[in-house]
Amino acid sequence: MNAPASFDGARGTRERLVVIGNGMAGCRAVEEILARDAGRFAITIFGAEPRVNYNRIMLSPVLAGEKTFDEIVINTQDWYDANGITLISGDPVTHIDRENAMVVSASGRVEPYDRLLIATGSDPFIIPVPGKDLPGVVTFRDLDDVDKMLAAAEQGGDAVVIGGGLLGLEAAHGLSLRGMKVTVVHLMPTLMERQLDEAAGYLLKAELERRGQTILTGADTECLLERDGHVGGVRLKDGREIPANIVVMAVGIRPAVGLAKAAGLEVERGVVVDDHMVTSDPAVMAVGECVQHRGACYGLVAPLWDMCRSLADGLTGTPNGYEGSVTSTKLKVSGIDLFSAGDFSGSDGSEDIVMRDAARGLYKRVVVQDNKVIGAVLYGDTADGNWYFDLLKKGEDISDIREALIFGQAFASGGALADPNAAVAALSDDAEICGCNGVSKGQVVACIDGGAHSLDAVRSTCKASASCGSCTGLVESLLALTLGGAVESGPKTLCKCTSFTHDDVRRLILEKALKSIPETMQELHWTTPEGCASCRPALNYYLLCAWPGEYEDDQKSRFVNERLHANIQKDGTYSVVPRMWGGLTTPNELRAIADAAEKYGARTVKVTGGQRIDLFGIHKEDLPAIWADLNAAGMVSGHAYGKALRTVKTCVGSEWCRFGTQDSTGLGVRIERMTWGSWMPHKFKIAVSGCPRNCAEATIKDFGVVCVDSGYELHIGGNGGIHVRATDLLCKVETEEQALEMCAAFIQLYREDAHYLERTAPWVERKGLEWIKAQLLDNPEAVRKFAARFRLSQKYSQVDPWAERAGGERADLHQHIAEVRPLHVETIA
Amino acid sequence: MIGKWLDIGPVTQIEPGTARTLPVAGGEEIAVFRTMTGDCYALVNKCPHKEGPLSQGIVHGNVVTCPLHNWNISLKTGEALGDDHGCVPTVPLKVDAGRIFLLREAVVPPVRPAVADAATDKAA
Repeated sequence: MNAPASFDGARGTRERLVVIGNGMAGCRAVEEILARDAGRFAITIFGAEPRVNYNRIMLSPVLAGEKTFDEIVINTQDWYDANGITLISGDPVTHIDRENAMVVSASGRVEPYDRLLIATGSDPFIIPVPGKDLPGVVTFRDLDDVDKMLAAAEQGGDAVVIGGGLLGLEAAHGLSLRGMKVTVVHLMPTLMERQLDEAAGYLLKAELERRGQTILTGADTECLLERDGHVGGVRLKDGREIPANIVVMAVGIRPAVGLAKAAGLEVERGVVVDDHMVTSDPAVMAVGECVQHRGACYGLVAPLWDMCRSLADGLTGTPNGYEGSVTSTKLKVSGIDLFSAGDFSGSDGSEDIVMRDAARGLYKRVVVQDNKVIGAVLYGDTADGNWYFDLLKKGEDISDIREALIFGQAFASGGALADPNAAVAALSDDAEICGCNGVSKGQVVACIDGGAHSLDAVRSTCKASASCGSCTGLVESLLALTLGGAVESGPKTLCKCTSFTHDDVRRLILEKALKSIPETMQELHWTTPEGCASCRPALNYYLLCAWPGEYEDDQKSRFVNERLHANIQKDGTYSVVPRMWGGLTTPNELRAIADAAEKYGARTVKVTGGQRIDLFGIHKEDLPAIWADLNAAGMVSGHAYGKALRTVKTCVGSEWCRFGTQDSTGLGVRIERMTWGSWMPHKFKIAVSGCPRNCAEATIKDFGVVCVDSGYELHIGGNGGIHVRATDLLCKVETEEQALEMCAAFIQLYREDAHYLERTAPWVERKGLEWIKAQLLDNPEAVRKFAARFRLSQKYSQVDPWAERAGGERADLHQHIAEVRPLHVETIA
Repeated sequence: MIGKWLDIGPVTQIEPGTARTLPVAGGEEIAVFRTMTGDCYALVNKCPHKEGPLSQGIVHGNVVTCPLHNWNISLKTGEALGDDHGCVPTVPLKVDAGRIFLLREAVVPPVRPAVADAATDKAA
């Protein structure tokens, strides 16, 4: 096909290219084509908006008042004129007639084509909730939307942005700068969860809240509320209501495929195109957010440029296929540095290199697989974002710079500095290592030379890395440099995700007032983004213990038994143990248990060692129903599944037994009423024996009471498990009240001090009986204080979890997501 | 017309960082996971070690820890991670417009005409 040398020739002699969409993709495609062969096509562009082409991604700065519309125009009318392009704006195409190769617009204009380019972009996704059509509900897609938001902002008041993704946060930022009181409602637990991991999401949330926005995560919109014929607020599924003069829906976009679909082109999520952006009709092409290429749809700008290049190459006879794009994201909110690129969801064989600096609010994570960077998330310092992105796109082997990769380009490329030990060796003696405690390199080295041959020894002698811990890596390098291979391994860390011990973590949670799992992981420099199955339950317990009534239990961080309030068995069914206070039961309770056992098909019914009855073989789906039945007979959860108070075993005591010295059964019941429901570092068993014959086996329990004529002997730290350990005598008291008080105090001491999953027996051996006695007995006030803290915590934990679930709470944990009925087709013979 | 993909409901049915189950013919279950970053995966709900219900494990990143013996299983491939060896079958899954779809042929057994059954019965 020969193109005329100049476009001065008659339009009719050239191929007619019609472009549907005057947005970024459509115009960029035209620019690319013009650059290759300016005279080849007679071009007509249809645009739905009544204006020239502008840079849609700069709408955020326009909203924020940092730019004007004129500043974001890409192509003025002069450009269309100079290139002989016919622009039909404000008149969207409504029909594609492929048979006759022409398009029809809303006003009835008919335009024939030789080649058609679909660049319809995407439509904002409107969540289908009642009230979505009220005046005052807007999306954030074009200049009209911005104008509506600006008009609302002039009135001031409350704004709600639904959606905490890139677009939603930029809208929220703009409205906030314009003086509105902004609440962001986000369904997921993490802001921008497609681009950020939990740790970076936490930092972003904290910063936005500091700027005065209210960020509600895990918040599901139920409906929009009306006030005087206009939107007045948002109601969430949990019942909360947030006032709003304007509601911005920014939950996501969907490829605008209506025209293409109606024209019979192949459409899945987007308009399906090949590597040259050609659709299922060879005369029709498509680019931008409306297309689906190799299964992927894109909502960012960089891939558009790549697509437009391939399209133009193909159209002008130099085919050069598009191979998909790797994308990176930066949030356009001034003062917040945030960058993400590639795959950081953590795949097989990929490793995370994480650096956190709590003092500077820094989080860097680079994901490496097969010695290549495959993803990166940066918060607080994004200077190296492009360098990581470059490494990622080029797929460069980074094995040589791996050690220093996380420190950034300057460090990693700096020759000798590529080895972090070498970099530390190059520091001068007066260089500061630990900012918190003002310790220099020379002081740390002197301390190591003086005999501190482990991290912990350095921490306890010169205090380097003893506070925030962010210099731990530097101190470890100094240990390695000074001692060669002779570094002693320090105390066991909580898990492989942290260099801190259990004790460090517990202490720092209190000192720094850390109140959530993501916050703890960030402030304590966790080396993994979401922790692991070891540290999540431990942190959940530590936070629960530290902040009773304030910390919200994270069910995702609990082992299955504590999440489902029953014991999982090897076949995936559960066992159910109702509480029997002090081992007492009634005919009525036994009848209810028998009925439940039959009704729910318990295959085994067994009496436990803790004086109660265990029903085996119950299915997850039946748990709420069996609990409802047991509740109805007055029984509650026995917590036989938890790191919690299990049972208080008793003998019959003075009421019946001829040897009994005190009412051991009655005391056992009182103790169980006081202690049930409390979460502990590990399971906790109590027993009360009525005399020194000790029929309740109180001397192999975590807390045991042995009644004697003159009062009560209180024993601690016993265990009947793998390593049998008899209790130590803590003290002797005279009254039941004193026994109860000491029991509460001892439990609280254990709750506040022990490591997660440490029973009292090893804990008592680790701390020493003398230390425990000193905590509880040396100061007359101590017992009262510990017991008071225990009672405070009990105020929030003595809620029967079975009743909550039987009442319908968290039904999602018990029910299947759906049922599949196999199809059965009858053939009529 | 029966589609290739089976719609099992909106993604919001699964709290991020957890899983739910889908019973299928023959008493098996499929565990459908949603990670903290919102990605969805489906695996047969049986740990390759001792058939523990993976749907009840703790999810961290794209890994689930089996509730029975703490094996770590990749949600992407079903492979056991670390020193453990084994693999659980994965089920093709896609998310479209906020709904989860599983590959129908992986979930529902192929349709058998009832007449064929009758004929077989007679022959036997």
